[in-house]
Amino acid sequence: METDLNSQDRKDLDKFIKFFALKTVQVIVQARLGEKICTRSSSSPTGSDWFNLAIKDIPEVTHEAKKALAGQLPAVGRSMCVEISLKTSEGDSMELEIWCLEMNEKCDKEIKVSYTVYNRLSLLLKSLLAITRVTPAYRLSRKQGHEFVILYRIYFGEVQLNGLGEGFQTVRVGTVGTPVGTITLSCAYRINLAFMSTRQFERTPPIMGIIIDHFVDRPYPSSSPMHPCNYRTAGEDTGVTYPSVEDSQEVCTTSFSTSPPSQCVFTVTKAHFQTPTPVVTDTLRVPVAGLAFSHQPAALGVGSADLAYPVVFAAGLNATHPHQLMVPGKEGGIALAPNQPTHGAQADQERLALYTPSDGAHCMATPSSSEDTETVSNSSEGRASPHDVLETIFVRKVGAFVNKPINQVTLTSLDIPFAMFAPKNLELEDADPMVNPPESPETESPLQGSLHSDGSSGGSNSNAHDDFVMIDFKPAFSKDDILPMDLGTFYREFQNPPQLSSLSIDIGAQSMAEDLDSLQEKLAVHEKNVREFDAFVETLQ
Amino acid sequence: MNCRSEVLEVSVEGRQVEEAMLAVLHTVLLHRSTGKFHYKKEGTYSIGTVGTQDVDCDFIDFTYVRVSSDELDRALRKVVGEFKDALRNSGGDGLGQMSLEFYQKKKSRWPFSDECIPWEVWTVKVHVVALATEQERQICREKVGEKLCEKIINIVEVMNRHEYLPKMPTQSEVDNVFDTGLRDVQPYLYKISFQITDALGTSVTTTMRRLIKDTLAL
Repeated sequence: METDLNSQDRKDLDKFIKFFALKTVQVIVQARLGEKICTRSSSSPTGSDWFNLAIKDIPEVTHEAKKALAGQLPAVGRSMCVEISLKTSEGDSMELEIWCLEMNEKCDKEIKVSYTVYNRLSLLLKSLLAITRVTPAYRLSRKQGHEFVILYRIYFGEVQLNGLGEGFQTVRVGTVGTPVGTITLSCAYRINLAFMSTRQFERTPPIMGIIIDHFVDRPYPSSSPMHPCNYRTAGEDTGVTYPSVEDSQEVCTTSFSTSPPSQCVFTVTKAHFQTPTPVVTDTLRVPVAGLAFSHQPAALGVGSADLAYPVVFAAGLNATHPHQLMVPGKEGGIALAPNQPTHGAQADQERLALYTPSDGAHCMATPSSSEDTETVSNSSEGRASPHDVLETIFVRKVGAFVNKPINQVTLTSLDIPFAMFAPKNLELEDADPMVNPPESPETESPLQGSLHSDGSSGGSNSNAHDDFVMIDFKPAFSKDDILPMDLGTFYREFQNPPQLSSLSIDIGAQSMAEDLDSLQEKLAVHEKNVREFDAFVETLQ
Repeated sequence: MNCRSEVLEVSVEGRQVEEAMLAVLHTVLLHRSTGKFHYKKEGTYSIGTVGTQDVDCDFIDFTYVRVSSDELDRALRKVVGEFKDALRNSGGDGLGQMSLEFYQKKKSRWPFSDECIPWEVWTVKVHVVALATEQERQICREKVGEKLCEKIINIVEVMNRHEYLPKMPTQSEVDNVFDTGLRDVQPYLYKISFQITDALGTSVTTTMRRLIKDTLAL
């Protein structure tokens, strides 16, 4: 067998590859720290700068990389991967990129190890420096801070790209041929930034548009934990199980303000969203808007810290309602229901941190009924089963910034669907304009609006606002104080004003008749002033 | 030996011209610069260290990496500034191009002057657009940022084909291959020129500027 490499070359090559891998990890992680990197050139070689590039070595990162490599080198089938993901303050996370250092079998026997390979590895590192600033995650990482942080995880072995969502793109940074194989460095990055929780990638293919506020153990419990791309903490996310959402028919959104725990925002999880609701006023875009936490991000990844956030939903509810349904998310193989297209589209509109419980959520609550996943109808079946099977705690809908305690729950074990909207439960809700907005005029013609305008707050309004998905939002210039009447409250209360009386049918009809009568006179008057009008028109020309 | 030539095109607003050009030129030069060579006895040499730094653009949502060499940065900014002024003063369609050419010097006997043999030429064609509203400008910021990302990826792709590079020179030859005039880094010998073109690509006013200290025109 022709051994092309003498032992010295082989040793050198192994060393080069090892340090190249370590430097690659450093470059990638440093590029996601959220700060600008600056190192100095030095004309006199120090001897410690591998590949003639000044790349700082963050000790923790080196340690993690060495741990992942465990003395091995990238080889065929064994790639070194750096996974970059985003984690919000609520604990939800999303993979953004996977950087892969792979080796394939194509060898370049003639290449000179100590010279050409070394210089090409150096060039590849420079390319990596350039490319790490160019993928979408870079801009995200520069904005990290209170609302979200960027984490990294190094693993060695097979590349796992399922977490990147559909339609992810790949960019190849470069290749270097060596006598033992060709080193390839590439990056696969997510382009669909619609927020998805990690659980979707566990066993089932990701489903577009579903947003679930349900947390499970990390998909790779046995592999390395995530680390924040910052210097502040040494905390590790050890895969804490997050409390899951209660699966009531009114699953909650998370609130993204710093409103105290007594104020929650809930969505009405009307399962059929056949008419896109006009009331969705503020769709929040990924990932920054709306996540307005003013507390310290602290050591992310410590599970208990999440509950300390003054976030409404998850923390508040879980703290006060310990019996919430734990959605059996971890039980294997519960397929998530693909949504009806309309709902999917709807969910797309309310992106990010909107944890609109989809139909899938209904299915999850009732494993038995979840098999029929294709046609999730909003029907009573979905709703009835939670009632039947489980005694759930329904939390009352409360509008944002409403100064009412959240533990006004109605415990119900009624079989009928829409039990929540049975008249007897509505008395409190009637008075709450957020829950019962007056009939919005958009749905009717102005002439008929008056027919409903008087009796709007009474009666069943379930249909009207069942289609509403209320999202907490932060109006511009509002302060997040706890006054019950701040800008957001004001806005919400008055955004659906009652019909103008002049548009009401009776008055309208009368005035129209009058108008018609007076037309003749008006025309006569105008004709007298024809000259003035003409002069005016000429001045305009 | 053929000179390989790469062409990139960008469409930018007036105030983005400088940053877009600097981003492209710096990225190319990042790949085409090494540390300073220190020749030792027996024909060996050691190479200095190249530092890098991130540069945020003010008018584009973009960050690029350049070598940490203020001298190099100043030299590039100077010529890009001249290009920008020429573009503005030309009053034409706002079309122009800059060329970054890497070359080798080949010494000839007297009385012939040295030859400059290019081995790689990067041409960046610029189209300047004028925008009316602030919203358009905001969109342009993002769009140009995305375009530049694509350009960087293109550049990296070319760089990693590992095509011809001049051989590493001996001490006596180093000035024929590298620009040894800078204090902290050592790029390959290069020159930058620019032209203002009209829509057909022909040169309206040929404005050639030499940047390097030691190039001799043929």
